[in-house]
Amino acid sequence: MRAHRPSGARGAGAAPYLFLAPAVVLFTLFTAVPIVYTAYLSLRRTKVSGLGLGRGARREVFAGLDNYSAALGDGELWAGWLRVLGYGAIVLTVMLGLALLFALLLDSAHVRLARFSRIALFLPYAVPGVVATLLWGFLYLPSVTPLRDLGVDVVLLGPGTVTFSMANIAIWGGTGFNMLVLYTALRAVPRTYYEAARIDGASERHIALRIKIPILMPAIILTTVFSVIATIQVFTEPTALRPLTNTISSTWSPLMKVYRDAFVNGDLYSAAATSIVIAAISLVLSFGFLRVVRDRAFQEG
Amino acid sequence: MRSGRLAVAGAAVLALALSAGCSSGSQESAAPTAAQTSAAGPVTLTYWSWVPNMDKIVAVWNKAHPDIQVNVSKQAGGDDAAAKFLTAAKAGNPPDLIQAEYQMLPSFVAADAVADLTSGTAQVKGEFGEGVWGLVTLGTDAVYAIPQDSGPMMLYYRKDLFEKFGVEVPKTWDEYAEAARAVHKADPKVYLGTFSSKDPGSFAGLAQQAGAQWWSIQGESWKVAIDDAATKKVADYWGGLVKEGVIDDQPYFTPEWNKALNDGTLLTWPSAVWGPGVLSSNAPKGKGKWEIAPLPQWSAGENATGFWGGSSTAVAQKSPNQAAATQFATWLNTDPEALSLLVTEGAVYPAATKGGAALTSAPDYFSNQPDFWQQTAAISATARGFTFGPDVNVTYNAFKDAFDKALQNGSSFSDAVGVMQETTVADMQKSGFQLAR
Repeated sequence: MRAHRPSGARGAGAAPYLFLAPAVVLFTLFTAVPIVYTAYLSLRRTKVSGLGLGRGARREVFAGLDNYSAALGDGELWAGWLRVLGYGAIVLTVMLGLALLFALLLDSAHVRLARFSRIALFLPYAVPGVVATLLWGFLYLPSVTPLRDLGVDVVLLGPGTVTFSMANIAIWGGTGFNMLVLYTALRAVPRTYYEAARIDGASERHIALRIKIPILMPAIILTTVFSVIATIQVFTEPTALRPLTNTISSTWSPLMKVYRDAFVNGDLYSAAATSIVIAAISLVLSFGFLRVVRDRAFQEG
Repeated sequence: MRSGRLAVAGAAVLALALSAGCSSGSQESAAPTAAQTSAAGPVTLTYWSWVPNMDKIVAVWNKAHPDIQVNVSKQAGGDDAAAKFLTAAKAGNPPDLIQAEYQMLPSFVAADAVADLTSGTAQVKGEFGEGVWGLVTLGTDAVYAIPQDSGPMMLYYRKDLFEKFGVEVPKTWDEYAEAARAVHKADPKVYLGTFSSKDPGSFAGLAQQAGAQWWSIQGESWKVAIDDAATKKVADYWGGLVKEGVIDDQPYFTPEWNKALNDGTLLTWPSAVWGPGVLSSNAPKGKGKWEIAPLPQWSAGENATGFWGGSSTAVAQKSPNQAAATQFATWLNTDPEALSLLVTEGAVYPAATKGGAALTSAPDYFSNQPDFWQQTAAISATARGFTFGPDVNVTYNAFKDAFDKALQNGSSFSDAVGVMQETTVADMQKSGFQLAR
């Protein structure tokens, strides 16, 4: 009977599971378990009795959804989202716009020093975020900035400008990377398309707008999703700039609030709940964006 | 065969006896002696500290005590080290010894992260003054750490520039305000001082001078009074001067602040006894130009100051070698040789009363003021502190956020103090601490 059974997935026996095992084990250990533990922590809290000094005065108890209702009802967290939204709007448009522009310029026929420009634009991405922030921080500080000597008198870390100054750091660091992704995608386009367009009388600008950008759409969407996620997770720039100025609070971005709750206030439990809220929002935002643009990007029905 | 078996049995008995001795040693022994610890075999202790050159000081101990080797792990200091220690304690692998700032000690105790050293430190108490000792007992019968250094506050000022602007050293805060106005009027680029919204420790010290009592224990409950009259008075004093524009509002320890100290556009710094170390590294150009004086007083004739910083050596609750760790901590903070090393290598102002003997010549940066240490001793005698609560980290973080906001919006400083009070009380209530009304 066995010989008549059609060969297929069933006939393979344990082999597929064996091949899957490393991935499953790694996923369980390093992704699933931490997530489950975070979810568990988010449902608990400490309960102190009396003065809270001495042994056994502090216990861990079940808190239900208290931490979640506190996280959702916290005005500071939502104000943080708003600040990050404003920051993200600047970063996403300027950084991706510049990246696209540079990629198109580098790919166009008439560019000189292409190799050098590519490396020069990419270089800031290799500078660690903290270093980049301190570097810019020194340029921003009124009394040590060389801008003053040049006659430019602007307050770069004031309440109105600090968001732009921070966005500038992210744009400086991120443009090169995104440009490289787009440029690589452009290089994969068969040159015959452009020849055909030129024979039809299209200018370089027309080729860029009508051919290159539509072909680039999947890559643009990919870089956008990555940038949205990176923006939601903004932490390094505000944290490193904070000691230098009065304008950045300890809860400037949602992740900074998680850090403050966990490591400054010592409340791992509400930090865990806030983390899960942030993860949920960033999932919704990135999948929502993908859903909206899916048809155009991947020609799916 | 027979002898072999005997040897095995003997070894087993010996091992049993040793382990018994070892466990009773760590649980019951009142004062660990070198004999006991050597019976347990050599132990290695980890010590988190940010005192400069601590490795050199520890090397002296390690040479004399081959059975108790201490490894120093250099920390960034302050709040970061405290957060790291609390996390490590929760995770179950803390260092054996930790440099604990006085204000953080209650948080460590509340998290059950530090051991009660009462039994090992019976004879140590006499080495310290009452005020400092109270900071490590938290007013209870337990002893949670051994004091290392203290930070009585004083006024650092640029003597040369005071003469240039024709300003007297202010004896009261009113005089300080007048001087601030005079100096800023004479040269709008120059400020007498700055109010830092990033240094709650400094503000706490100024509040202590004014007589504030942020926390106190009443029976089985905590009383929180951060918004008491004394603190509000201090807050509004500085708020008024900042609003008037005669006191700067940039934080301490920033590149800008360093620059202001160096180029002489900042003339005073109300700071603690550890100031010379900071000034010599952040403002090398000012060497020989600064002097110290007692902090200005709230009313003429008074004589008081507060503490900014200062730390102790605590032993982790989870350390398997508490007795050995206590022995090292005691040596480090009371032994004359260690004290003199702390002064010369670590540049700390020892909390132990015997430490004064080691303070002979003025710090290099203050070579122009030969009686630096005599002055310091006189000021130190007038310092008063207060009990710190179990969530100082929350209060201090609230200080930074609330005063940042007040400086930005130009709003009232005493309202910011109100925010500190509310945040602290809310956090304590949430955790379940009993609060006195």
